[in-house]
Amino acid sequence: MSTTTVAHHDEHADHPTGIMRWLTTTNHKDIGTMYLTFSLIMFLVGGSMILGIRAELFQPGLQLMKPDFFNQLIGVHALIMIFAALMPAATGFANWMIPLQIGAPDMALPRLNNWGFWLLPPSAILLTLPFTLALFGIGDGALATGWTFYPPLSIQGGIGVDFAIFAVHLLGISSVLGSINIIVTLFNMRAPGMTLMKMPMFAWGWLITAFLLIATIPVLAGAVTMLLTDRHFGTHFFSAAGGGDPILFQHLFWFFGHPEVYILLLPVWGFIPQILQTFSRKPMYGYKAQVYSFWGIGALSVVVWAHHFFTAGLPVPALLYFMYSTMAISLPLAVLFFCWIKTMWRGSMSFETPMLFTVGWIILFGIGGLTGLVLADVAADAQYHNSYFVVAHFHYTLFAGGIMGIMAGVYYWLPKMTGHMYNEKLGKLHFWLTAISFNLTFIPQFFLGLAGMPRRIPDYALQFAEFNMISSIAAFVLGLSQLIFVYNIISTIKGGKKATDQVWEGAQGLEWTLPSPPPYHSFTEQPVVK
Amino acid sequence: MLKQAIKKLSFCLLFLLTSPQVFADYSWNFPEPVTPMALDTLHVHNKFMVIVAVIFIVVLAIMIYSLIKHRKSAGHKAVADKAPSTATEIFWTLIPFAILLLIDFVIMGIPAYHSVVMMEDTRNESDMVIKVTGSQWRWQYEYMGNTDKGSQAGLEDAKGIKFVSNLSTPQDQVEGKVAPVNDPEKPYLLDVDNRLVLPVGAKVRILMTSSDVLHNWWVPQFGSSRVAVPGFIRETWVQVDRPGTYRGQCKELCGKGHGYMPVVVDALPKEEYKTWVAAKQAEIAKAAAGSEKEWSKEDLIAEGKAVYEKNCAVCHQVTGAGLPPAFPALTGSKIATSPIFGADGKYLPDSHLDRVLNGIRMMPAWKGNLNDTEIAAVITYERNGLGNNVGDVIQPSQVKAARQ
Repeated sequence: MSTTTVAHHDEHADHPTGIMRWLTTTNHKDIGTMYLTFSLIMFLVGGSMILGIRAELFQPGLQLMKPDFFNQLIGVHALIMIFAALMPAATGFANWMIPLQIGAPDMALPRLNNWGFWLLPPSAILLTLPFTLALFGIGDGALATGWTFYPPLSIQGGIGVDFAIFAVHLLGISSVLGSINIIVTLFNMRAPGMTLMKMPMFAWGWLITAFLLIATIPVLAGAVTMLLTDRHFGTHFFSAAGGGDPILFQHLFWFFGHPEVYILLLPVWGFIPQILQTFSRKPMYGYKAQVYSFWGIGALSVVVWAHHFFTAGLPVPALLYFMYSTMAISLPLAVLFFCWIKTMWRGSMSFETPMLFTVGWIILFGIGGLTGLVLADVAADAQYHNSYFVVAHFHYTLFAGGIMGIMAGVYYWLPKMTGHMYNEKLGKLHFWLTAISFNLTFIPQFFLGLAGMPRRIPDYALQFAEFNMISSIAAFVLGLSQLIFVYNIISTIKGGKKATDQVWEGAQGLEWTLPSPPPYHSFTEQPVVK
Repeated sequence: MLKQAIKKLSFCLLFLLTSPQVFADYSWNFPEPVTPMALDTLHVHNKFMVIVAVIFIVVLAIMIYSLIKHRKSAGHKAVADKAPSTATEIFWTLIPFAILLLIDFVIMGIPAYHSVVMMEDTRNESDMVIKVTGSQWRWQYEYMGNTDKGSQAGLEDAKGIKFVSNLSTPQDQVEGKVAPVNDPEKPYLLDVDNRLVLPVGAKVRILMTSSDVLHNWWVPQFGSSRVAVPGFIRETWVQVDRPGTYRGQCKELCGKGHGYMPVVVDALPKEEYKTWVAAKQAEIAKAAAGSEKEWSKEDLIAEGKAVYEKNCAVCHQVTGAGLPPAFPALTGSKIATSPIFGADGKYLPDSHLDRVLNGIRMMPAWKGNLNDTEIAAVITYERNGLGNNVGDVIQPSQVKAARQ
C-alpha cells in the first residue's frame, strides 16, 4: 500500500481555520507543531516547579514551603519533565520529520495521530489539578511520593496519587498510539528504494523507541492499576499484611522505568549523528554499527531494571547479574561515541548553534554515561543510591542527554519548519548560558551526594549549605536563560531571514529537498531513493 | 575556541578532584570510612572514578584535537571515511568495544564482585544482632543479643534493650520559625535523643524492617545502606573500627518527615559499652517498676506533655490543632473526648487507647514504640491538655492490661 499513496490536494490547503484547524487536524506537521508547543509549555511549567524547590534549598531551614508541598513539587516536576516535556518533544519531531525524511505524504494513521496528541492536555491537567483543588480545601494536594509511586507511601497518599495514576494511564495510551503510528509509517510508507538499512538514523532511533514503548508501557499501566486497586478495592499486591510485597512494585515500575531512559534518549541519538554529518560536511561514520548498537541497547535496556534498587535487598546472584548486565550497556554506547567522534574527525566543521549544542551534548552526556557506569557497581551504589550523586547523574543523562539534544534538534530543524533563520547570536548565547549554568547546577550535586546528602529532603544539615547555594543560584540562571530560547523560537516563527531549501551547507536527506517551510501537503510527487 | 577549551579543562579538573589520590580532601569525596565495608567502597569508588576520568580525558582530548584541527574556518577540507574492509581495519574499529569489555568485566568487574560478596556476608563471624525498625519518622532499635562468637569474645550482652530514637533538633528550628542554630555538639537535623550505641570492633548483624512505609537506614561513614521494608526482614552489617559519633539520615522518601529522621550511632570501646549497657538495663528496670505504681494526674500530664511533643506534635501540632485533612485535630476530637473503657473494663474499639496502641491508616501503632507509662501519660495529657478537659486519668497498669 505504501507506494500508491500520492497526495491529491492542491497547494492551497483545504482545512478549517482557527481553533478548529488545530482540534481536528490530521496533518502531521500541524500535529508535530502541537506536540512541540505543548512540550515547550510543559518544560517551562516543570522548570518553574523545580525552581521553587531550588529556592527552598537555597539555604538551610524551611523558608518557603511545607515538606508536604515540597514532596509534591519534586514528584510532579519529574512526571511533567519526562512524560509531558521530553517525550512529546521527541514525538513532535517524529511527526514533523519522519514523513519528510522517508518521503511519505503523511503519517500512516492520521486520525489516531490527532487523538494521541489530544490525550496529552487532559493528562497534564490531571497531574496539576490537585494543586488547585487543595487551594479550595479539596484533598491534600498532588502526588507526594516522588515520580516513582513507591508503595506503601503511595497507598497512604491522598487523591493526588489517584490523579497521577489516571494521568499516567492517559499519557501511556498516547505514547502507545504514537508508537503504533510510527511503526506502521516506517514499515509501510518509505519511498521506493529506501530499504530499512537506508532509513535515516532518526527513524531508526524512533523505531527502537516505539517498540520499547509498546513493550513496557503496559507493564507500567498494570503496576499503577494494581496500586489503584490496592488503594481502593482491598487488594494486597503490595502489602505484606495480605501476602503481597512492596518491592514487587519496584520490579514492575523499573521494568518500564529503565527502558524509559532509552525511550527518551534513542530519538536524540538518532538525530545527533545527522546534525554531526551536516556540520562536519561528511557522511556519518558507521551507520550500520550505530543501527546494531541501537538494537543492542534496546535489548539490554529491558533486562537491567533492578539496578535502580540494589539497596532494597536482592539475593547475591541477582545483584551480580544486574551489575554486569548494566555495565554491558557501556559496550554499544562506546561504539556510538566512537562513531560520533569519527564522524567529526577530518571533517570540515563549523559551529552554528545546533552543532554547539551537539558537541556540548556529547561531552555532558558522556559524563552522565560514565557516572552511570560507576553507579552500576553494587557496593559503591549503597553510597550513591538515593543521594544527590544520583540526582546529578540522571540530570546529566536526561537534561544534558535529553533536553539539550532536543534543543540541538530545535535549532537544526526550526529554519526548515518555519522558513526563517533563527537569531544565531541569541542561539549561541543560549547555548553558553545553558551549558555553563547546567554544570554549575549539577557538579556541586555530585559532591553533595558523595558527602552524604540524601535526595528528596526539604531541608538539610549545615555542612551541605555552600554547595546547595551554588546549585540554586546556577539553577535560576539555567531557568532564566531558557527564556532566550522561547523568545528566539517565537521571533523565528514570526519572521526573520528567509531560509533556503537546504538551510545548512552540508545538510543531506529528503527533508532538505523540500521548500522551507515545506508545503502543507508534502511530496505531491513521490521521491525515489537510489 | 579558547573559552571552549577552558571549559572542558575545568571539567577534567573537577573530575580529578573527586579522586583523593590527587586531592586528599574528604569534603570532595565520601566521608572518612570507619568500617571495612566503607573502606572497601571508598577504594572501589576511587578506582572507578580514576578509570572513568581517564576515559573521559582521552576521548575528550581526541575530540578537542579534531574540533581545533578539522574546522572549516581553519580551511580543513572534509575527507570521506571509507568503511573498514580488511580484517586489520575491522580489528581497529572494534578497539573501543574491546577496551570497554576489559574495563567493565575485568578491571571494574572483579573488585566489584568481591565487594558485593563482602557486603552481603551478614551472618558469618558476627558478634551480635540488632533489629532496626523504621517508622514515620523515627528509628527504633532493639538489641537481640550476642551470638556465640560474641559471648565468647566477652562482649557485654545487651539483649532486651529497646528504645526509640527521635530527632532532637528543636521544633521551632525544624518548622523554620527560627533560623537553624549551628551547634557542633548537636548538629542541625542530625541529632537524636537516644543514640544507637555499638561496641567498637564487633561485627554487628543488623536486621531491618519497617512498621509503615519504606525507609532506608544509612550512615555514610559505614558504607552500608539497606531499605527497611514493612512485613519483611532485610539485613546488613557494620563493624565500626574507631570510637566516635557517626551521623546519617533516612534515604528513602517516606512522607513529610523524610528529612527529619536522622541516624546517630555512638561507637564505644568495649569497657564503656559495658557501662552503657548496665545503665540502660537499670533504666529499663526502673521504667517497668514505674508501670506498676499508681501515678498522680499531674505527673502523668507532665510526662505526657514531653512524650506528646516528641512523638505526636509533628502531625497533630504542638497546640493539638492538627493539619487537616491528613492529620486531624485532637482538640475537641471525638476520640480524645469519648470514654475509653466499656462497662466490662475492657477498652472500646476506636477508643482513644485503641487508636494510640494500634493506629489506623496514617496513624502509626504506638504499642511497639512507647512503653506503658508513656502511653498512659500521653493519653492523659491529650484528654486533659491541648484545650480538652475530660478529667479522667489512665494508669500505666491499665495500658499493660490492655496489651494482653
